[in-house]
Amino acid sequence: MMDYFYLIPIAIGIGLTALAAFMWSLKSGQYDDLDGAAERVLFEESDAPIPPTAWPKRQ
Amino acid sequence: MSCCGSGAGYQQIAPDPLAAGEEVRLASRVVADDVRQTDLSVPSVHCGGCIRTIEKVLGELDGVEQARVNLSTRRVTIRWRADGVPPPFIEALRGAGYEAHLFDIDADEKDSTLSELVRALAVSGFAASNIMLLSVSIWSGAEPETRDLFHWISALIAFPALAYSGRVFFRSAWRALKHGRTAMDVPISLGVLLAFGMSLYETVQRGSHAYFDASISLLFFLLIGRTLDHMMRDRARPAVKGLARLAARGALVVQPGGTQTYLSVSEIQPGMTIMLAAGERVPVDARVTKGISDLDVSLVSGESVPQLASPGSVLRAGTLNLTGPLTIVATAAAGDSFLAEMVRMMEADEQGRSTYRRIADRAAGLYAPVVHLTAFVTLIGWLVVTGDIHRAVTCAIAVLIITCPCALDLAVPMVQVVAARRLFENGIMLRDGGALERLAEIDTVVFDKTGTLTLGNPRLIDTGAVTPQTLAIAAAIASHSRHPYSRALAAAQTLNPPMSFEDISEHPGSGLEARSGASVYRLGRAAWALSCASELPPPSDEASVVLAKDGRQLAEFHFNDRLRADVGEAITRLTSDGFAMEVVSGDREEPVRVLAADLGVPYTARVLPGGKAEHVASLATAGRKVLMVGDGLNDTPALAAAYASMAPASAADIGRNVADLVFLHESLSAVPQAIALARAAGRLVRQNLALAVVYNLVAVPIAVLGNVTPLAAAVAMSGSSIVVVANALRLKGERTAPRTQAAEVSATGVAGPTVLEAAE
Repeated sequence: MMDYFYLIPIAIGIGLTALAAFMWSLKSGQYDDLDGAAERVLFEESDAPIPPTAWPKRQ
Repeated sequence: MSCCGSGAGYQQIAPDPLAAGEEVRLASRVVADDVRQTDLSVPSVHCGGCIRTIEKVLGELDGVEQARVNLSTRRVTIRWRADGVPPPFIEALRGAGYEAHLFDIDADEKDSTLSELVRALAVSGFAASNIMLLSVSIWSGAEPETRDLFHWISALIAFPALAYSGRVFFRSAWRALKHGRTAMDVPISLGVLLAFGMSLYETVQRGSHAYFDASISLLFFLLIGRTLDHMMRDRARPAVKGLARLAARGALVVQPGGTQTYLSVSEIQPGMTIMLAAGERVPVDARVTKGISDLDVSLVSGESVPQLASPGSVLRAGTLNLTGPLTIVATAAAGDSFLAEMVRMMEADEQGRSTYRRIADRAAGLYAPVVHLTAFVTLIGWLVVTGDIHRAVTCAIAVLIITCPCALDLAVPMVQVVAARRLFENGIMLRDGGALERLAEIDTVVFDKTGTLTLGNPRLIDTGAVTPQTLAIAAAIASHSRHPYSRALAAAQTLNPPMSFEDISEHPGSGLEARSGASVYRLGRAAWALSCASELPPPSDEASVVLAKDGRQLAEFHFNDRLRADVGEAITRLTSDGFAMEVVSGDREEPVRVLAADLGVPYTARVLPGGKAEHVASLATAGRKVLMVGDGLNDTPALAAAYASMAPASAADIGRNVADLVFLHESLSAVPQAIALARAAGRLVRQNLALAVVYNLVAVPIAVLGNVTPLAAAVAMSGSSIVVVANALRLKGERTAPRTQAAEVSATGVAGPTVLEAAE
């Protein structure tokens, strides 16, 4: 019974870490171009994505 | 770079560079001080090499800060400094072998609803998996103390997840209730909340059955369906806004005193005199008083040959003045002009179409009352039979959980997402899942001619009789004009010109004149270019120009509007599938008749834009479901009025925004492909809905009789959802065989210029 007291928090903690990692990757645009990312791994140049901005109204 | 960059299947003829530059600027958005962003659709990007080539080519352009290819969506995002004219993105990409189109279908703004849904989905997924793990040990027969502990942990995980992820449903359920309606979200919210509440009560009472897992995994499955559905919903159509882009924003007006002032379009009144330079669009409906020029009216009337404008001609707002300056008198204010009239027609038509209710919405409308009624009857039934309130409430909640429309929620959007993916693989963009349902029902196809069946730009034909040197001379002179024939000639150039010219001047309505030493070269209408009438060729069709040296003919060039690829195949296939077809064009009788006779399709020529929409509407009243395929501004009211609509990516911006589907490749076979896929998708949707109904027929009696344990609920819900998803994945798209360059050349029947472009 005592095992639960550290095993369950560890399990949930790992889950929460994964959730936080997913949220971060989503926000930083890593899912915007999955096919492109697979190809870009072959190039040496810097390939930082275009930083997301607040999208102001079109002029 | 051998694998890419041939672009053979995608080539099209350059639009007018000046007008394109203007359109690029208007379609871009400001992202920072003096930095603008433009999104281009590049359908032929397909590998890592393409990414590099494109980013390199664009990055080297003057004024470009950053260019980034998105391989998944086949788009390029370009940031450029806005202090000058837009860099020639489209031309640079064409030089590298990629056809690009301006595209802003759904790039308007980052979709905040979608990211909220995905976040809610992630949270509910996390919670569902953790609670399910705890539940499995409970189902496997945990000790009562362990079970109670696990119930408490589940409650702790479920509560925040419910509060965060459930908001999507609670909000819309509350909205529906406030308006006294019931929607699909009402039974969902009730089911999820009551299940959570009852489980909490059971946990406090140390009961054996808690439904935390059911409550949260319900939310998870429903959110999957909701997210997919949102992806397939129509974005707000900026169609009418797009029209404004074609309108001139102002014009130089001559004041009574003789001074000239620049007035915005809305300030122009009938009777005002306007100076219209070459390259400008006509601001309001007007009449020409002075000057001669050629007008590009293809967007407005669909006529492929530029029209001669001379004193007395009546001009429509939105047409483009190509060659010479004109003095015109306004005959209508902006609000009464042609463009404004189009806006009104389109608004009326779009209202008409919005009456279509999607299958999923219709199913949901039937579903919610039935679920409420069943749960209520169960509650009353158990109360009457046993008098045990706890038992009655438990059973009623079990009914709500088991009937929760997971499978129904996934049935339609899953198929539509798969269909959209298959369409995209074939170069067709779907704007709205509902359009797929409408497309599956159509029985009549109406084609526009210019720009749809043909490519809408003249091409040089029969170059065999002309020596390359002569062609080079003509091309060198032609490169100084914006006239479509001149641009076609300039594009056909193969050699450097053998001599240099001075004093190249354009004679609007007639042609170009150039001097080289003592000789005078003229390129233009035969009657003007040739000095002695005896040399005049017999009056041929309009689509030809003559190159003359000192009044003697050197060569005659003929043009025609090239057919889009696979037109014949597409028509044959549609005929064999039993569709009625028509060509409705604003062009002159002759070219329409020839084309329609070739294809064996009935036709109507010289139709005004309003006439096209009326024609489509009259077919609709005759009980036909019409698919309109068109590209021009003049087709836009008809596109909006039709039951379903398609436009090529080369269409006017506004046409792309109105059409349900946009095909990116040149081939017209996109039309039968899209219809076939829509029908296949329709069959799968009906199968999926039937599966969802069968599931309920089996599960509901068990729930009503009070035999649903948490384990049974979890298995039933997941099982039905997975079956529906698996069924949707069966949808197969047809693969289009990659077109070889040889096939491309023979299909067009034009040797010279095509080979050149294909070799690029």
